[in-house]
Amino acid sequence: MEHFVDIQGLSFQRNDRFIFHDINMMIPEGKVTAIMGPSGSGKTTLLRLIGKQLEPSKGSITVAGKPLSTLNHDALYQLRKKMGMLFQTGGLFTHLDVFENVAFPLREHTTLSESMIHTLVLLKLEMVGLRSAGHLMPAELSGGMARRVSLARAIALDPDLILYDEPLTGQDPISMGVLLKLIRTLNDALGLTSIIVSHDVKEVLDIADLVYIIADTRIIAEGTPAILKQNNNPMLRQFMDGLPDGPVPFHYPGCSLMDDLMKEEA
Amino acid sequence: MINQIAALGRFGINIVRHYGRAGMMLFQVIYYRPSFRKGFPLLLQQIYAEGVLSLIIIIVSGAFIGMVVALQGYHTLSKFGASQQLGPLVALSVARELGPVVTALLFAGRAGSALAAEIGLMKATDQLSSMEMMAVDPVRRVIAPRFWAGCISMPILTIIFDTVAIYGAFWLGVHWLGMDSGSFWSNMQSAVDFRLDIVNGIIKSMVFGVAITWIALHQGYDAIPTSAGIANATTRTVVYSSLAVLGLDFILTAMMIGAW
Repeated sequence: MEHFVDIQGLSFQRNDRFIFHDINMMIPEGKVTAIMGPSGSGKTTLLRLIGKQLEPSKGSITVAGKPLSTLNHDALYQLRKKMGMLFQTGGLFTHLDVFENVAFPLREHTTLSESMIHTLVLLKLEMVGLRSAGHLMPAELSGGMARRVSLARAIALDPDLILYDEPLTGQDPISMGVLLKLIRTLNDALGLTSIIVSHDVKEVLDIADLVYIIADTRIIAEGTPAILKQNNNPMLRQFMDGLPDGPVPFHYPGCSLMDDLMKEEA
Repeated sequence: MINQIAALGRFGINIVRHYGRAGMMLFQVIYYRPSFRKGFPLLLQQIYAEGVLSLIIIIVSGAFIGMVVALQGYHTLSKFGASQQLGPLVALSVARELGPVVTALLFAGRAGSALAAEIGLMKATDQLSSMEMMAVDPVRRVIAPRFWAGCISMPILTIIFDTVAIYGAFWLGVHWLGMDSGSFWSNMQSAVDFRLDIVNGIIKSMVFGVAITWIALHQGYDAIPTSAGIANATTRTVVYSSLAVLGLDFILTAMMIGAW
């Protein structure tokens, strides 16, 4: 299979507002694909659509050769066993310690013995460098550590696809470097397909094989990082170069300041 | 005019959607076959959280309500020379009405609000979403054990409340007001019917248990995932549960009173 995730003619709207309008996207198997765009452009929504936590208004999404719209509850949950997702907040269970958080999917979906689960959890924690932090509760972890635990949990069942929702937001440079290295290393070592949603342009371009830029309900650019760096689309340039004003306006759309002031006086 | 009609229509659709989601959640909880190996430990944990941790408030409230009813009842009954009927008065009041209703109101305040806040916070911190993405159904794993634990805990708490309230009344009547212990118990025994009074009270408590737990879980599950959303869900749980208990009590009493 060439494309692990295939999105065709996807539209999604909330009330009357379109988040996506007729977009097509193909996520190649075994690669790191970055989906970037300004805040509020629907990047997290797209991940939730791929995980079928949301239903598209129009169009189709196929994951691992299975059209999501045709899956019933049991088939969807079978497919999700092949997916891992790292949430922006970590999504760790606050009543369980680090070890039990990582052991959770193993206990739920396998009948492995306690000693096997112990070994597997230690191996997963070793991969993210937190083997000795198994006894800590989520409240005792830093933001970067929480995401690494979440990553260890996401790979506990050896998924084929892993979805990263803003993995780098709010991280210090060391944690950011660790996470970037882990994402790339795990992808290559475990043969995963990775989708990263982020707006950390420079860092993500360093590890991505393919990049999609979403803005204004559509895909404004796609290609390898090298191709995108050459692209002169004004909206893309504003995003890539971090310009405060441009096609994406600095001011929230509305009437002019003068009109607002006059309204107040009247 | 058209806008007002549209707003009214939107309001109506939102209400129907809300009840539809609540109904679907209850259907899923009841429909799914529980797994004994995984489900039973979760059920026990939740019985502890909802039932055992509510014991103190139930016992203390039961004791005081039993004593107050005994005190009020004794002074009223003695005006008619019927103070020996204190046992039946307390037992019937507690078993038929006060036990199920007060236990339910306390349960809504103690366990119901905690359930709504817990589920709401799990939603706000993506714990429920991450469970879904790990192919673990949150309705089966989180909602169902809490629902069944509430349904099991409420009748047991009601029985404990009734027992403590009657012992509170006995202590006050016999040791403080000087009533005869034998007549307190024997009058009570001859006046209280097991099926019509005790069982009907327990049936009420079971219905209240279903209503409160359902409301609390749905409010938490459907909460807007923000701090204000969780606060609203918690408040609505206590308000809706209390109103539901009082409304259902009237309906159940009207249905049962024919047999009395």
